Amino acid sequence: MLSNLGNSILFLCVILSLSIIYFANQSLKTPEGKISKIIYQFSLVQSCLIIVCFFTLIAAFIVSDFSLITVYQNSHTSKPILYKISGTWGNHEGSLLLWAIILTIFSFLFLVYNNNHPKKFRLLTLIVQNILILGFLFFILFNSNPFSSLVPAPNEGLGLNPILQDPALAIHPPLLYIGFVGSSIYFSAAIASLISNYSSNSFSLSIKNWVLVSWCFQSLGILVGSIWAYYELGWGGFWFWDPVENASLLPWFAMTALFHSLIVFERRNIFYFWVIILCLMTFILSVMGTFLVRSGILNSVHTFASDPSRGLYILSFLSLMIFGSIFLLFKKYKTENYNLNQNSKETFILINNWFMMFYLVTVLLGTIYPIFTDAITNNQISVGPPFYNTIIIPIVVFFLLFMAVGPRVKWIKNKFEDLKIYIFILIGSLLINFLITYFLESYSILSNLIIISALFLISSSLVDGIKELKKNRLDYARIISHASFGFLVLFIGLNDIFSIEKDYNIKLGETKKFENYSIKFQTLDLKEFSNYKAVVGELEVLNTDTNKKNILNPEIRIYDNPQTLTYEASIKSNFLRDYYLTMSNIDRSDYYNIKFQRKPLMIWIWISVVMIVIGGFLRIFTNAKSN
Amino acid sequence: MQKATKVLIILFLIFVISIFYISLNRDTSYNTSSLINKELPEFEISFFNEKKFYKNNDLKKNNYTLINFWASWCAPCRTEHPILMKLSQEKNLKIFGVNFKDKKIHADQFLKELGNPYAFIGKDINGKQSVRFGIYGIPESILINKNLLIMKKFVGPLSSDDLSQIVEIIN
Repeated sequence: MLSNLGNSILFLCVILSLSIIYFANQSLKTPEGKISKIIYQFSLVQSCLIIVCFFTLIAAFIVSDFSLITVYQNSHTSKPILYKISGTWGNHEGSLLLWAIILTIFSFLFLVYNNNHPKKFRLLTLIVQNILILGFLFFILFNSNPFSSLVPAPNEGLGLNPILQDPALAIHPPLLYIGFVGSSIYFSAAIASLISNYSSNSFSLSIKNWVLVSWCFQSLGILVGSIWAYYELGWGGFWFWDPVENASLLPWFAMTALFHSLIVFERRNIFYFWVIILCLMTFILSVMGTFLVRSGILNSVHTFASDPSRGLYILSFLSLMIFGSIFLLFKKYKTENYNLNQNSKETFILINNWFMMFYLVTVLLGTIYPIFTDAITNNQISVGPPFYNTIIIPIVVFFLLFMAVGPRVKWIKNKFEDLKIYIFILIGSLLINFLITYFLESYSILSNLIIISALFLISSSLVDGIKELKKNRLDYARIISHASFGFLVLFIGLNDIFSIEKDYNIKLGETKKFENYSIKFQTLDLKEFSNYKAVVGELEVLNTDTNKKNILNPEIRIYDNPQTLTYEASIKSNFLRDYYLTMSNIDRSDYYNIKFQRKPLMIWIWISVVMIVIGGFLRIFTNAKSN
Repeated sequence: MQKATKVLIILFLIFVISIFYISLNRDTSYNTSSLINKELPEFEISFFNEKKFYKNNDLKKNNYTLINFWASWCAPCRTEHPILMKLSQEKNLKIFGVNFKDKKIHADQFLKELGNPYAFIGKDINGKQSVRFGIYGIPESILINKNLLIMKKFVGPLSSDDLSQIVEIIN
């Protein structure tokens, strides 16, 4: 029954989309006046229906309706309710439905919140967005239907992959999708702006909050995924340059470049075409990321089942989007003459964009290069962290320096009045860096440069903040985001330099000593949970300098459905460091292998990202206020 | 924008999309059933610890051999490892592990941590040799008999069902 209900709603949504396109097209013929009410009503009904459709699928997961193939393949009656629900979007079909929801809701909200822009522009945006919605609805209905039924219905499902049964992973896809799919609305707006020649800087007002919203959620989505990888995959790091991680980072670079360019566009009415290109690029990169992940042509830790017909559909859709938008862009493109002063805020923001494009191209190359070599030369290669670290890290130093100076530079033409302050900040940063390396006894030129430039960015942002505060013109959003980015790089740098990693085979009752730590294997228990059994170790980590003890309980979990073994790291965090311990059994012996890591300032890496995002949200609120 | 620039951009995009298209089609041709009862391709895989090579004839000594492609960086390899450990106790079967695009320290670490089910281990640092076996992603395993005929190929981590299938075939 749920299958019929879901399919009917999807079908209704298709009809609504077609009607909206029809009515919007009719309404375009009368350039004056308001957008007719029926378009608003249809959009609202469409949003409500697609939400109902999603809840239908959630209901199917909750009641374990295995007559739906998607539920059968991704759920099980013994799953805790949270994971039954998150199973809805933890699979290909359900997550596509989530795509369609976000496309639809953003379409409606954009229509409602952009009253003061030209009617033609708004209607065209609505039409383009509904074409995208239709594209996805057809994909769902004819290729990846979450409501496909299975007769006779099995009594039990196959279960959700245990490593996906995790609170962080329950919220990771929705957050990331708001970012990914949210970028569709400014893709549509950019196309509409090109068609309707709406190229004045008020265009930037219509999209800037949407860019920020998608950027904030994209950042949070990446963060949550990264935290999950940290404690679930048991590798003890926060970024692995995995192709799927990269796929989420590519649109993020484009978005970051975009909202910085929008500042210039809004203020000086230049960079229009650059802004349009970035708008188009962001969503195209999002769809390309989806293509790479879902078609299964990338080797990655993300084990999405691959199905070439899906890949073919997304690729056709992607090609249409790319060539459609390129055709339009070429038709409308006019060379812009910037005449920028080299020492002006415009130039500095342009430099920010160059950096973003540099990172984007680097990550894009590293991600798709193996596909190219495989297809052309039949040579399978993989691009790993050394490539990214070598190319990206040295450039970060310059990026941070520009990021520190840029916001202080004035529009049009700047004079460096406070050179003294910069020299003072630089000397301060150098001193702090040498104190850190002197007391903690570690040195490498590159990591020191990173730390110095990060400190330089933090201090100059803070000095900036104090100055602005005195003038009563404090720009919280920027100060918080920029300083937090400095902190992020600083903590990553310190974390990298001062990590300890040790590996032992250890028996129950044994103690291992190294540096100023000793680890004692105290007990081992077998515990039973509703959907898994766990072998839980109890290990005492003693810091012999401070005499502080910590008990860590790494687990080996044996899940029932599907039967899988996972290793759960035990992590003890405080504000200074994380202790990170994984344990695994060695067959045919009473030894256990343990991997101990001390990761300094780990929690601050996460907090820095949250703060950067808070800066983004603050900007949205200040924008909303000033409107 | 000059015409030449436009043409170049379009050609470049067509190139990228065709590569994506080709890669997609490569996946469709990936069908394990056609491999069954075929003879194992010629290969030359270097020893894990020494500068010697394993060749086809080396596998003729075993009644059955399971060639398992794995790497320390591969998360699903971890999940299938207990199955391999169980299989390693079968008398009729030897497991030949091919360490795929991996670093030796990490691979050693992986085996130290999870146990070593392999009767012998080879390495394929750049992944070239594995391509001969039709390996696209890892883990993958190929079960062969004494005459080097492919009995079955397993794509993805071995499950407990696969385990019982293998045990059935070899006994």
